Amino acid sequence: MAHPILKLVAQRVALGLLLLLAASVLIFIGTQILPGDVAQAILGQSATPETLANLRAELGLNEPVVSRYFSWLFGVLHGDLGTALSNGQPIAPALGARLANTLFLASCAAVIAVPLAVLLGLVSVRYRNRWPDKLISAVTLATISVPEFLLGYIVIFFLAVQYRLLPSLSTVYDGMTLGERLYAIGLPVIVLVLAVLGHMMRMTRAAILNVMQSAYVETAELKGLRPFTIIARHAFPNAIAPVVNVVMINLAYLVVGVVVVEVVFVYPGMGQYLVDHVSKRDVPVVQACGLVFAGVYIGLNLIADIVSILANPRLRHPK
Amino acid sequence: MKDELAKLVDWIDAGGMSRRAFLGRASALGLAAALGTSLLPGQARAEEPKKGGVLKIGLGGGESTDALDPGLADGPVSFNVNRQWGDTIVNVSPTKEVEPRLAESFASNDDSTVWTFKIRKGVKFHDGSEMTVDDVVATFKRHSDENAKSGAYGIMQGISDIKADGDNVVFTLSTGNADLPFLLADYHLVVQPKGGADNVNAGIGTGPYKVKTAEPGVRYVFEKNADDWDTTRGHYDGVEFLVINDTTARTAALQSGQVHMINRVDPKVAKLLSRAPGVQVKSVAGPGHYVFIMHCDKAPFDNKDLRLALKYAINRQELVDKILDGYGSVGNDIPINKSYPYFDESLPQREFSIEKAAEHYKASGHDGSPIELIVADGAFPGAVDAAALFQATAKQAGIPLEIKRVPDDGYWSDVWNVKPFCASYWGGRPVQDQMYSTAYLSTADWNDTKFKNKEFDDLIIAARAETDEAKRKEIYSKVAHILWEEGGVICPMFNDFIDGVSDTVAGWIEDPNLDQMNGFASAKTWFA
Repeated sequence: MAHPILKLVAQRVALGLLLLLAASVLIFIGTQILPGDVAQAILGQSATPETLANLRAELGLNEPVVSRYFSWLFGVLHGDLGTALSNGQPIAPALGARLANTLFLASCAAVIAVPLAVLLGLVSVRYRNRWPDKLISAVTLATISVPEFLLGYIVIFFLAVQYRLLPSLSTVYDGMTLGERLYAIGLPVIVLVLAVLGHMMRMTRAAILNVMQSAYVETAELKGLRPFTIIARHAFPNAIAPVVNVVMINLAYLVVGVVVVEVVFVYPGMGQYLVDHVSKRDVPVVQACGLVFAGVYIGLNLIADIVSILANPRLRHPK
Repeated sequence: MKDELAKLVDWIDAGGMSRRAFLGRASALGLAAALGTSLLPGQARAEEPKKGGVLKIGLGGGESTDALDPGLADGPVSFNVNRQWGDTIVNVSPTKEVEPRLAESFASNDDSTVWTFKIRKGVKFHDGSEMTVDDVVATFKRHSDENAKSGAYGIMQGISDIKADGDNVVFTLSTGNADLPFLLADYHLVVQPKGGADNVNAGIGTGPYKVKTAEPGVRYVFEKNADDWDTTRGHYDGVEFLVINDTTARTAALQSGQVHMINRVDPKVAKLLSRAPGVQVKSVAGPGHYVFIMHCDKAPFDNKDLRLALKYAINRQELVDKILDGYGSVGNDIPINKSYPYFDESLPQREFSIEKAAEHYKASGHDGSPIELIVADGAFPGAVDAAALFQATAKQAGIPLEIKRVPDDGYWSDVWNVKPFCASYWGGRPVQDQMYSTAYLSTADWNDTKFKNKEFDDLIIAARAETDEAKRKEIYSKVAHILWEEGGVICPMFNDFIDGVSDTVAGWIEDPNLDQMNGFASAKTWFA
C-alpha cells in the first residue's frame, strides 16, 4: 500500500534537490547583478582604488564567477557553508542561531494561527451568510489588508506604550528561559497571527462549502446529525487537501517573509540577517540563507503534497 | 560679561536652562568650568553621581556584519561599542579642547613635526595585563597598515615614524601638523594589547566596561570594569546595547521604558517625543552636514556661474525648518560651522535669492535643458524631500532641475563620487584641516566635488604647520572664502545630534562631537 507513495516521495525529493540547485544558481546570478561588491561595501566611503584591489585579492573576488560558484558548491556538498566575507566569521553557527529564532517565532505563530483559522473557518460555514460568518470575514480580511509594519506599530502603541502589557522589543538571546522568550515574542506573534489568519480561514471556509454540496453531506443531514458535527466530521476531512496547501504556504511565509516584522520588533531572525548581508554583498551568506529559505519552501510543499495524498483515498489506494 | 552671567543664573533659577547648558554658555563666555560651578544656585549645583544599576541603550545604525575590530567601526553602534571597552590616548572635549586620556600629557617641537605623548602608567587591560608603551606603538602601527582596513588609515598617512622612547610615544610627521592631537582622538584608535596582534576582535581594552556578550546587529552586554584606571566614570554596574534600527521601534522602546536612552531620534517626531511623559529629547549642534555636491570638472557644473546660480536657488532656512524640523542650523556652502576651532564669522551668510540665482543662471549661458540631481533617502534622511524643495525654488529662478531618485542600496558605490550632481552627507571632522584634507584638496581620494584649486591647496598645507593662532585663523578665513565662492558644494544645513533620554538618568552633558555624548553617555551619566 505504501509503495506508490514512497515512490512519489522519492520523486518529489529528487525534484526538490534539483530545484535547490537551480535556486542557488539564480541567487548567485542575482548577487552578481547587484551593483558594487563586498569590497566596496566593506570599505564604503573610505574606498580607494588600491585598498579595493587589495581587499578583492584577499577575498578571492578576482576569480572568475563560474569557478567561484563551483568552489562554493563543492564546499556546501561537503557540509561547509564557508565564512562570511564581511567579518570573517564562519557562517553555519551564526546562521543556525538565527534560523532557530526564526523557526521558534514561526512555530509559535503557527501553533496559534492554524487551529484558530480552521476553527473560525468551520464556524463561518456553520453560520454562513449570518452575522458570525460576516464578522469573522470582515475582521480577518481587515487584518490581512493592513500592512504588517502598521499592525506592528498599532499593537506597540496600545499594548507596549499605553498599557505596558507586553514588551515592544522582542530581542531573545541565550540564557533566557522559555517563559521569558514567550513573553518577549508576544507582540510579533499577535501580528503574524493576524497577518496569516485571513488567508487560511477563507480557504477552509471555501473548501468546506464546496464539499457541503455533496450527496453524502445531504445523507448526514437526513440522518439527523448536528450541523457542526456534519461539518467537522464529514465535510472537513474531505476538504483537507486544499486547506493543507494554503496552510503550508502560510507556514513558509512565516519562516521566510517576516523581515518587516523582525525589524519592527527587533527580533534576531533570519530576515534581518539576510538583508544586512545583501547590503554588504556578502555572497556566501546570501547563498546560505537562500538555500535555507528555498529548502523550507520545497520541504513544506513536499509535506503538503504527501498530506493531500494521504487524505485522498483514491490517491492512497491507486488501482 | 558679568551681566551676561547674572542673566544666565537667573534663567536657571527660573527653570529655563539646564545646569549643563549653563556650564556650556559660561565657558563660552570664557569662564573656567570651576568658576561657573561655584556661581550656580543651590538647585542647579552638581549632584554626586550615584552608583549601580544596568543602563539599557537602544541604538540605530548597527548590522549583523559589524565586527569588534575598532578600526572597522563605521556606524553609530560600533562606534559606541568601541567607547565602552576601549580608550584613545587623547579625547576632544565637549568644549573642543584636547584632553589627555591614556596619554597624560603631550607636546610638540616648534614646527609641529615631532610630537611626544607621555603614556599613563598603571593602566590595566581587561585581561589583567598592564598596558605598556609598546602596546600603544603597536596599535598605531596597525592602523597605519593598509591591510588593516582601518577607518583611521587616512589619519595615519601623514605620520612617517612611530616609536617608543621610555614612557613616551614619539610621532614623527612628514610635514608639520599642529592638529595632530585632535586627529589621534579619532574613535578608531583604541589602544589594544599588542595593538590587537593576538585577536583584533577580542574587545579587550582599558575602557569603563568589559565586553560580556557581543551579538552584532542584535545586542551587546557589558559589565563594569572594576579595575578602571579612571575612577570618575563608569557609574553603572553594567550596560546593555540593543540594536534597534527602526526609528519608530526605537522611540517606542524609550517610551515604554524598555531602554533608558536612544540615539538618532527622527527630527519629525522629536518635538512630539519631548512632550511625552518621562523622557527628554537632547539635541546638540554637531559638525555633520547635508550637502548637494556638483563636480566642478564636468559640464554644466564646470561653469562657476551655474554653480553660483544653484547655490542662490536653495532656501536653506526652509530646509532646516521642513527637513530637520528646526533641529539643525543653516549651512553656508562650506563644510565648516561654528563647532570648529578657528571658524571665521566674517564670512557672509549666503541667502536665498531668486534674482541672483536667475542672474547667474543667465550669465552661465546654460541651454535650459534639465539638470539632473540624483538622490536617495540613504544619502541623508529626507534627501528626496529636500531635493523636491530645492527643485521648487530653483524653478522660480528659471533653473530646470530634474530629480532622479535611486535606491539606497549601492548609492555610495555607484552614485556618490561618481555622478556629477547628487545628494550626500558628511559626518564632519574634529578640525578644519581634516575636513578640508579629506574632501576638498585636489589630491584627496574623496574630493567628491572634484574641486581643484592651487591657491586653496597651498593655503591648507600652510595652515597645517602654522602654530601662530591668529595667522592660522586668517588662513582658514581665506580658505573659506575661496570655497564659498568657487566650490562645488551646496551645503544647506548642519544637522543636530538628537538623543532621547529617560528622566531616570542624570548627568547628561551636551557634547557636539558625536551622538550619545560622543559615546560617553554610559561612562558619564548615572541613575538619579
